[in-house]
Amino acid sequence: MVELLQDKDRIFTNLFGHHSPGLEAAKQRGAWNGTKDILEQGRHWIIDQMKASGLRGRGGAGFPTGLKWSFMPQEVGARPHYLVVNADESEPGTCKDREIMRHDPHLLIEGCMIASFAMQAHACYIYLRGEYVTERLALEKAVKEAYEAKLIGEKNTNGWPFHVYIHHGAGAYICGEETALLESLEGKKGQPRLKPPFPANAGLYGCPTTVNNVESIAVAGTILRRGAEWFSSFGRERNVGTKIFSISGHVNNPCNVEEAMSIPMKTLIETHAGGVRGGWDNLKAVIPGGSSVSLLPKDICDDVLMDFDALSAHKSGLGTAAVIVMDKSTDVVKAIARISYFYRHESCGQCTPCREGTGWMWRVLTRMAAGESTIEEIDMLLDVAGQVEGHTICALGDAAAWPVQGLIRHFRHEIEERINNYREGKPVFVSQSVAAE
Amino acid sequence: MSVRRLAKEQPDSFAFNKKSEDEIKFWLGKYPEEKKASAVIPMLWIAQKQESWVSEPAIREIASRLDMPYIRVYEVATFYTMFNLAPVGEHLVQVCGTTPCMLRGSDELIKICKNRIGKQHEISEDGKFTWVEVECMGACANAPMIQLANGEGDHYIEDLDAEKFEKLLDDLAAGKKVEFGPQSERNASEPHGTSVLSDPSLYDGSRAKKIKLPNTEKAEG
Repeated sequence: MVELLQDKDRIFTNLFGHHSPGLEAAKQRGAWNGTKDILEQGRHWIIDQMKASGLRGRGGAGFPTGLKWSFMPQEVGARPHYLVVNADESEPGTCKDREIMRHDPHLLIEGCMIASFAMQAHACYIYLRGEYVTERLALEKAVKEAYEAKLIGEKNTNGWPFHVYIHHGAGAYICGEETALLESLEGKKGQPRLKPPFPANAGLYGCPTTVNNVESIAVAGTILRRGAEWFSSFGRERNVGTKIFSISGHVNNPCNVEEAMSIPMKTLIETHAGGVRGGWDNLKAVIPGGSSVSLLPKDICDDVLMDFDALSAHKSGLGTAAVIVMDKSTDVVKAIARISYFYRHESCGQCTPCREGTGWMWRVLTRMAAGESTIEEIDMLLDVAGQVEGHTICALGDAAAWPVQGLIRHFRHEIEERINNYREGKPVFVSQSVAAE
Repeated sequence: MSVRRLAKEQPDSFAFNKKSEDEIKFWLGKYPEEKKASAVIPMLWIAQKQESWVSEPAIREIASRLDMPYIRVYEVATFYTMFNLAPVGEHLVQVCGTTPCMLRGSDELIKICKNRIGKQHEISEDGKFTWVEVECMGACANAPMIQLANGEGDHYIEDLDAEKFEKLLDDLAAGKKVEFGPQSERNASEPHGTSVLSDPSLYDGSRAKKIKLPNTEKAEG
């Protein structure tokens, strides 16, 4: 029997917006409680506690947050330190940060202050994707409230001079990559930088900078209030904590929900999303962590756990924990071809393997979806995906290759069948849905 | 990547109006003076909100305000896909077509757009609509969805289906007010019919009581 997360252990208590996002209501829910005490423990205590909590970055890569914070220079030199919050939520399937920003913005602002203090930054920029206009205005409102209540600002009751600035993009997935985000924030097109230098040495305006995801920052206050061991009591070792899962696609009730890490995928979908449309046996495949990770066929989904290690053991990943469910009516080749189109559209054009490879993969997959291809092209596609993967400045090339590799790994037989059907003049794709409406 | 170029026909001049100037001031206050190029995206956006698109004279104006070479602003305007480089209709309907929305029927919405509005990026005959297919807008648990940009601002309209979408277009065409957000009983992206976040003790103020921080013994001793 799987133990589900209880309400008392949920960090985002207004995730669904059923209560006011305003400061007073947020305080009633525990935000800004003891923030000054937290800062008074000193930055080493904060970083040690964050490390002890086992929190891994919630933006996709899963890098330990406390460790990341410790990479900032110990002494502030001539250049100021910056915290930049990545709110460019654009990974297909992912829609969690949006709910934090419009419904629980004070947890984020408080987290910004704690993290900035721990890294000796007096200024923080929150970079939202351009499409999130409502979210941006909601966040601006919350920032204004925090200034007026003197929780933040040059002189504030928490004792650390600190400013929060909201910034926005204008429609470019690539700006979710941390160095592209910094370029964009500096007023340039969002093309990733070569690393090193890493942002902790030369980030925003050439100054030491740490870039963190919204969820990673917004959980900090609650973790420090309730204790590192409380947070690490959920999930498996190395995969601990609570996490917002975004469940979309062919489920009865698509939703966002905060659950314990390492929850079985089947339990997650059946408990919170009303199950797969037409029942669990109508499941074809699931993309477990946003479009960049490999899809998993039903037999793996039957008992896989939702955490970093369990999913990477199946050559997929937790990513942003965006669970995209596909039932048996799905044309899985077309679904992945559409993801390839996305990467073609979003490639920044800087590296040739990605700029050319994403378009090439999309065109071949589109033909394959229609059966108008040859069997040999399947291996050629795999070869091209391998040439894109790992040969670009940033991970967009990898992200474009992995779904294609996953498709061939698990559904090669379907592509072959399609090619054969086309040649024999049979219908290329027949939906196998047993119960879908 | 997508190829984006400025429109062939351009106005002779561009000037920010008073409302835009106030907003520009607000945005410029966010960055160090010598880093004011950071405001380029917000300023292009302000120009677009004023005119519904970004013209060549607007790009020149922004470049001169920010002490940026014209080509650097041009580069930004053509890189980011939310900037309309040509005029659009009164209502800009941006339909998400990426896989999570596709799985829930965005193809049908796109078909309706083609039938009712016409070709992507072009203004409908009555001047009321332009539609575009866009990439994932991050509202996947409320798929399929669109973003509507018009005089009222920029709003997500979610939990759609063909019927609701047709009705929405009817209402917009008739000049009626439309509801933003989910077109279902939902408030946001909550799970339907579960008891998540129903514990009253989360909201009764007990969490605002003074607490003693855990793991602080060493720091005190």
